[in-house]
Amino acid sequence: MARTMAIAGVDLELEERGEGPPLLFLHAGEGLAPERPWLDLLARRHRVIAPSHPGYGRSSLPDWLMTVDDLAYLYLDLADRLALRDATLMGACFGGWIAAEMAVRNTRRFGRLVLVDALGVKHGGVTDRDIADMHAIPREKFIELAWADPAKAAVDYTQMPESELAAIVRGQQAFAQFGWKPYMHNPRLKHWLHRIDIPTFLLWGEQDRIVTPEYGEGFRAAISDARMRVIPNAGHFPHWEQPEAFDDAVASLAN
Amino acid sequence: MRVWYFSEMAFHPAWEEGLKRGSLRVVLPNSNFDPATGHTLLNRYLDEFALCDEVGLDIMVNEHHSTATCLTISVPMALAIIARETKKARLLSLGTPIANRPDPVRVAEEMAWLDVLSGGRLEMGLVKGAPYEIAPANSNPATLMRRYWEAHDLIIKAMSTTSGPFNWEGEFFHYRNVNIWPRPIQQPTPPVWMTGLSTGTGTLAAERGHVVGTLLSGGIAKPMFDAYRKRAQELGWTAGPDRLAYAAIIGVGHTREEGRRRANLVADYVRTSPVVAEPFTNPPGYNAVPANVALMKAGSVKNRFVGDDGSKDRTKASLDDFMASDTVFAGTPDDVYSQIKDFNERMGGIGHILFFGQGGYLDHKDTVENITLFAREVLPRLRTLTPDTITRPAAIAAE
Repeated sequence: MARTMAIAGVDLELEERGEGPPLLFLHAGEGLAPERPWLDLLARRHRVIAPSHPGYGRSSLPDWLMTVDDLAYLYLDLADRLALRDATLMGACFGGWIAAEMAVRNTRRFGRLVLVDALGVKHGGVTDRDIADMHAIPREKFIELAWADPAKAAVDYTQMPESELAAIVRGQQAFAQFGWKPYMHNPRLKHWLHRIDIPTFLLWGEQDRIVTPEYGEGFRAAISDARMRVIPNAGHFPHWEQPEAFDDAVASLAN
Repeated sequence: MRVWYFSEMAFHPAWEEGLKRGSLRVVLPNSNFDPATGHTLLNRYLDEFALCDEVGLDIMVNEHHSTATCLTISVPMALAIIARETKKARLLSLGTPIANRPDPVRVAEEMAWLDVLSGGRLEMGLVKGAPYEIAPANSNPATLMRRYWEAHDLIIKAMSTTSGPFNWEGEFFHYRNVNIWPRPIQQPTPPVWMTGLSTGTGTLAAERGHVVGTLLSGGIAKPMFDAYRKRAQELGWTAGPDRLAYAAIIGVGHTREEGRRRANLVADYVRTSPVVAEPFTNPPGYNAVPANVALMKAGSVKNRFVGDDGSKDRTKASLDDFMASDTVFAGTPDDVYSQIKDFNERMGGIGHILFFGQGGYLDHKDTVENITLFAREVLPRLRTLTPDTITRPAAIAAE
């Protein structure tokens, strides 16, 4: 069930499912896609709370809200409002960037951090392209880089209702607003990753060519208590492409 | 009616390669630009602009980046040269893509400098810029129009303020001592122009009394001009032809065949212009949500931009196709005059024609004849077609 919560002037759409230890899920740049199976799988063992980022879904995007910093504070506020305790903070792709920005600020509501093919840092030099330029390639090429099996990514937009398409378009615009320049990262974030003081798990699609497992390894090395697990037959969205294997990996983190 | 000659200063020697690779812009490596040929072409194009002054035409310059379609990368640089080589022509910058410029105060300085240099002949276009200009500038498309309006307001304030310095702490731009030197001859600012394709732009331009220009399709121009006139009326003033401009490709010749041949060569501008690698044609946020929803609903259509009616691939259109959409006026001087006269009536009266008179393969000799024949045989008749009277109300001008 989705509901809307007002936080700091943002009307935030929240998808909530399941019971158990809380899990705050921050979605990818592509959007939440709550009809996909991973939220239900996670909800078998967790109380899953999944907001649509400002600008996505039915969440509002006020003019003043311009950066990923703002999103980090917004979701820290959300965690306070929901009085989360020992929660799992999980973010995929763009959501992973937001989760990392939250974790370097304040982890008191969270017991562990899970980064799934996260964006947000840059390891290489000025002419290295750590993160594929998703906005300079045709959609087909993006899918080829982002999916182990591109056939699974097919979406027929011509058959979608206009309200849903409008939400997708607004989400694309929001993604660009937050991640255009510097491209999909915060140059200062990696210098603060040492502040993350909760166990951190990196789950990475083996075939991700948007941000490769090697990029994930750089993320892992910068966080003091971090482990990484690679998910086979998955690209940039392992929760989407291999939901069962992804859920198994999440379950095994608890042990 | 005033007529402004305009050429993009094309680098057509690279077009064949660009067409083969499917993009004349952004991703076509500049190994395809031969600097020696570029030297010859740039000087030739500037000669053609200078000729316009001698024959009584006004002059327009635009800019694009990272492209074989247009070598002008800086309107103020080109206009600085043209200002020195001309005496009478008014000089239209159409314009500076201000949402892609990091420093609006610098834009105000350059425009003021040009106005002083030219003796008050500058007309100042503040434009949004085409979608494929986002990548070369790497400006954020999602906040483009918010940046545009802040830059617009700051530039106008910088040019018209004489009691500075003033403070500007906005959403995107921050200055604590704005006080431009020189300041423009034309006070409070040179005439301001905008460009666009939508009725929304027509409405917003009317609210400021700016001249609004559009291009290449009568079907798009008419609703925009109507929106402008309607909004002005709502605000208590009547917008005359002087507020409205239209860009068209024009070829004139002593015979109809010669005029059509010239127009057909210039029309390669319209055929090459949309050939851009697909990801750069519609960056997120550049176009409004409903326009993007409509594009997704329609599925992918090649070489199509928001605003096209989608029925034609512009890259393959014939001269007659372009004439049917008012993209091209062509033929003898009488033909061209009567086409523009008819167009003007259908548009309800416009004050400016932006005359695309060179578009790549049209050589220097043909270009010179196109310019001189048009100026001698067509321009005098157009001058009396609509009045030049400035209808922008003083109340807006004082703001």
